[in-house]
Amino acid sequence: MRPFVYIEPKNPQEALAASVANSAAKYLGGGTNLIDLMKEDVERPAELIEVADLNFKEIKATGKGGFLLGAMCNNAETANHPEIRKSYPLLSMAMLSAATAQIRNMATNGGNLLQRTRCPYFYEVSMPCNKRAPGTGCGAIKGMNAQHALFGWSEQCVAVNPSDMCVALAALGAVVHVQQADSGMRTIDFADFHRLPGSQPEKDNTLQPNDLITAIELPAPVFSDHYYYLKIRERSSYAFALVSVAAGLQIRDGAIAQVGLAMGGVAHKPWKLTAAESFLKGKKPSAQNFEAAADLAMREARPLSDNGFKVEMGKKAIVRALSQAYERTA
Amino acid sequence: MEMFDQEEYPKDRKLSADENKILDQLGLFGESRRRFIAKISAASLSVLAAPYFSLEAYGCEKAHPITETSEALVNEVQVQLHVNHTVKPLHLDSRTTLLDALREHLQLTGTKKGCDHGQCGACTVMVDGKRKLSCLILAASCKDKEITTIEGLADESGLHPMQTAFLKHDGFQCGYCTPGQICSSVALLAEVEHGEASYVTENIRDIQHHIELSEEEIRERMSGNICRCGAYNNIVEAIKEVQTGKDETEKWQFATAEQMQKASSS
Repeated sequence: MRPFVYIEPKNPQEALAASVANSAAKYLGGGTNLIDLMKEDVERPAELIEVADLNFKEIKATGKGGFLLGAMCNNAETANHPEIRKSYPLLSMAMLSAATAQIRNMATNGGNLLQRTRCPYFYEVSMPCNKRAPGTGCGAIKGMNAQHALFGWSEQCVAVNPSDMCVALAALGAVVHVQQADSGMRTIDFADFHRLPGSQPEKDNTLQPNDLITAIELPAPVFSDHYYYLKIRERSSYAFALVSVAAGLQIRDGAIAQVGLAMGGVAHKPWKLTAAESFLKGKKPSAQNFEAAADLAMREARPLSDNGFKVEMGKKAIVRALSQAYERTA
Repeated sequence: MEMFDQEEYPKDRKLSADENKILDQLGLFGESRRRFIAKISAASLSVLAAPYFSLEAYGCEKAHPITETSEALVNEVQVQLHVNHTVKPLHLDSRTTLLDALREHLQLTGTKKGCDHGQCGACTVMVDGKRKLSCLILAASCKDKEITTIEGLADESGLHPMQTAFLKHDGFQCGYCTPGQICSSVALLAEVEHGEASYVTENIRDIQHHIELSEEEIRERMSGNICRCGAYNNIVEAIKEVQTGKDETEKWQFATAEQMQKASSS
């Protein structure tokens, strides 16, 4: 690991000022991704600004019927928070499917949003990778790409976002709260938080330099009765998703009143299935409708040389997640 | 040996028997001995003696302690590390992980370095009672946190029940992953005690205390600890016994003398 200066700001203002003062500085949360990437020489910050102990550790109700998740709460305490499990079980389930108990105890909510891709070409510094070293090319597009994207990829990058939490947040329609360098606050809709690679795959999200995530806001719960997070992976635990589906349904008078549907493991960002959602709204929760929605969702898929299997797997996963969500009785 | 002064030595000072012996061994006699002694200033002959009386004379490498002065560290951090109810002040390079601080600076080598990338769980310790991976935590981030390692589990009354259960059920083969497995399972019990759910928990909205763990639950909750020897079945048995408090019959036994005799005669 390369040498770095380690500092512990006492408050967010000090953290922001330290970040402004050094463009090679990075915020350190739980460290589960950043420290590993530093050991791999992928990340090379000259300074680490400890933010894990800053006072963004509350999980509390908002005035609007929703919940605010502190950015520095760890994934375990968030997933197992009694209110979150009761009102947002889809989020809890997705978060509990991720990583291991040890990592969930360390990883912060803010950090989870900033996870880098697990593309092996990104991790291996001797390989070309436009995300790690812009302009060097993409090793995966004509290389080993079984784990890679179906949607929204560009010639520059075919990597996928590895988060499970973010797939649920996309389905729930969360909002990210950010404190800026001038200490002003702003919010980013979750759908706009992560970005597609385009010609700048080195940018995973729409944060500006120095921005500090303070909280994630959840809207009033609508999917607490009918929810399911299906994660398909190469072993039954502790692996990243080949394909995952977060499905939430609100059923009224036998019809789908509201639906939240998003996929993981298929794009550079959590992939919200907007067309399938619109199709399902107002319809009966039947196998036929779930299958039609899945076909619609996968229509735009552009598989690479090794990941064609994800198209059929994706369709089946959507149908299964919707069925499980519907059949689940609260 | 005492310090001597270049001016008054060697005229006024008589060499001790030891000092003479050293100079004899160096092959310095008469005038050359006097010139040599005059040249070394503000030093003691003990400096010359060192090699002859140390292990190096017998071809053994001498162990040099790593000096931890501020000059030697590029980005020094000072950490009061609270480990197993003992506080240790450390001066560390900012890059030092909790794992390296424990093993290299506190000689607590029970915690093992497996992959060093958060993939195997061998380095699992408890930080404020929660199981975490010491290879991905900076020691600097552990100020004011209470760390429990495998060395801190047993007390005067004996081994921790989980340690006893691992022994009884043969929850290991080579033993390298075992400290991590045991720390992880001890923390797991507390999580279950608090009614925490896992991905395989049937209804996560239904918060239950004192959940009795199925084998599936134990395997899911322990998936962060890899055992290359594949002692998983026995690890599950050990955890089950401690969690339920019910005696699980071990799947193995030492053969009795009688059985051994029978086996060799047949």
